Amino acid sequence: MADVTAALLTTADGRPLKAALAEAQSRARRRAFLLVAPLLAFVVLTFIIPIGQMLDRSFHHDGFSANAPNLVEWFDANPEGTVPDEAAFAALAADMKLMKENKTAGEAGTRVNYTLAETRSLITKTARGADKLAPPFKEALLAIDDRWDDPAVWQAMRSSASAYTADFYLSALDMERAEDGSIQRVEEQGRIYVYLFFKTFLLSGIITLVCLLLAFPVAHLLATLPMAKANLLMILVLLPFWTSLLVRTTSWIVLLQGEGVVNDILLSLGFIGDDGRLKMIYNQTGTIIVMTHVLLPFMILPLYSVMRVIPPSYARAARSLGATSWTTFRRIYLPQTLPGIGAGSLLVFILAVGYFITPALVGGADGQLISNLIDFHMRNSNWSMAAALSAMLLAGVLVLYWLYDRLIGIDNLKLG
Amino acid sequence: MALPIYASPLERIWHYSYLVICTAIFVFLIAPILVVIPLSFNAEPYFTFTEAMLTFDPVGYSLRWYDALLTLGMLAPEAARDNAWWSDMWANSTWVRAAKNSIIIGFWSTILATVLGTLAALGLSRPEMPYRRVVMAILISPMIVPIIIIATGLFFFYSNPCSIMGFECGRLTSTYLGVILAHTTLGIPFVIITVTATLSGFDQSLIRASASLGASPSRTFFKVIMPLILPGVVSGALFAFVTSFDEVVAVLFIAGPDQQTIPRQMWNGIREAISPAILAVATILVIISIALLATVELLRRRSERLRGVTPH
Repeated sequence: MADVTAALLTTADGRPLKAALAEAQSRARRRAFLLVAPLLAFVVLTFIIPIGQMLDRSFHHDGFSANAPNLVEWFDANPEGTVPDEAAFAALAADMKLMKENKTAGEAGTRVNYTLAETRSLITKTARGADKLAPPFKEALLAIDDRWDDPAVWQAMRSSASAYTADFYLSALDMERAEDGSIQRVEEQGRIYVYLFFKTFLLSGIITLVCLLLAFPVAHLLATLPMAKANLLMILVLLPFWTSLLVRTTSWIVLLQGEGVVNDILLSLGFIGDDGRLKMIYNQTGTIIVMTHVLLPFMILPLYSVMRVIPPSYARAARSLGATSWTTFRRIYLPQTLPGIGAGSLLVFILAVGYFITPALVGGADGQLISNLIDFHMRNSNWSMAAALSAMLLAGVLVLYWLYDRLIGIDNLKLG
Repeated sequence: MALPIYASPLERIWHYSYLVICTAIFVFLIAPILVVIPLSFNAEPYFTFTEAMLTFDPVGYSLRWYDALLTLGMLAPEAARDNAWWSDMWANSTWVRAAKNSIIIGFWSTILATVLGTLAALGLSRPEMPYRRVVMAILISPMIVPIIIIATGLFFFYSNPCSIMGFECGRLTSTYLGVILAHTTLGIPFVIITVTATLSGFDQSLIRASASLGASPSRTFFKVIMPLILPGVVSGALFAFVTSFDEVVAVLFIAGPDQQTIPRQMWNGIREAISPAILAVATILVIISIALLATVELLRRRSERLRGVTPH
């Protein structure tokens, strides 16, 4: 044994082989990483950082806390539930003067308004007349508006006094803070977000299922036909994949609308009367039909690549052993296609959950998904709310993406 | 897909109904794309086949919607079609300007995505690449993350005047650069996927062979690697171009009135005043996508031939 350690392997120039190999390997690693580095830097700068900053808005809003320093101080000094005393009203008056001076009442009011409706107007109105405020401040402020005596307003200001807040997430879960600071669900008619998340997932599930049902026979046909014929038919699958989404949406509007091609055909065949034209677009049905069409290739392609390599001899063996064709399909063929079913379903579901364009154009009133609500809040400058909804949607998508990577592996993602 | 000789009558019935079902699904896939082509030649402002069209009466067909594409937004659409009319059309027609914007933005974002993506794919397919899985997941994520989230993030990011190391470059909203960068990010996953797929069949020993014969790394790249992976790179580039050419949400959020692209105009057209002129645009786009698909198919076959994978 001693001989082996003594005769240390070296390279031609006398360096220990182990060290030389380690160095060569780390050099190769560095080279590989350097090739990826420019793109990684680009993606971090134009993708990760912008999304990160956007998500920051979902729990960080200093519109009130930065513009009302005196109130923040009073809230810090007095625990929750303290009845506002003269010192509190003095702080309020001082902050109102500050807001008037810096023209920040709107910004501060917007933040409080997220927590309690109609407080923005209260704050801007009070700030407008802040110059005339004089002690005793409580009476002076109540003279401007008696809502300043309302504990709910003070509770809303208290929760706005911290730049970091979970209030937007509470709203996105249809919750709110009660006057005493406890968390409760909002009134029945105000609950929209949880329902919409549920609907988005449900519709995505339906679309995934329909895609699977339509893709399975087609993929099976393509996988069992001779290659030359299969390649020809494959073009029919790939052409929609390469056609502009807006073109496909336009075509579906043309086909499905009240005066459209499908209704005209049904009418001329006598299936429906002129007043019985089917309403297939600008509603949930339209969203499902068009999204199924758009996402179908994403289901067919992974299924096809799995089915193509299933050896037909297994099925033949099963038949020769006396299994019926149904048993052969159920016990022999179907289990072998599971990786393809998993890959296609996950991919279609992930893409469907975040879909925006199709529901926006053909969804009408009841075919809208969560993405459309994010867009709605963005257009109304309700940015923190849009960010909170985005964060929740993103979290869901990333979990599914992680699952996809675990089960299928991103390397196996193929396009055509 | 021949029926086995031992098939029972029930299985025969099922087999033929299965073929009918498959045909129906193919019709579902392809009919919506083809139906716009004849309708775009409609002489009437309708979205359905008129009597005259169904009887193949030439009166029912016209090129008026293609003409409308050119004249919309022109200063003097009714003028005689001389040189002044054509230059007016080239400069002012809404759809022509949109097409120019789409091509400019698509071109530059494709170049950026292809160069960066191909380099990264070369690194990612080396066995020594550290943190391969995580890096790959990050680079593919622009395809997975909902576009509305990306667009929202970019809107805020671009609204702040940027400054890189003290160099002020102003806001990126309503600039070509902003849209090009956004579309590059969206195109990158497609380049990565197609180029790494091509590289997976690449024989790494060719690189060592080239090096042992005295070629420098750059010579090896241009003379050995590049010719072999070129089909994959070109397909990736085409994917990236189509992604940009079809993208509307990022344009909605970050582009200004000067960067209106074809999809953006179509979006307006569908949401506000839907006119058959949209079908003319759709037809042109369908023809472009058929051409692109044919190119990619040819490239794929060439690539398979080069790698020695025979499809037959």
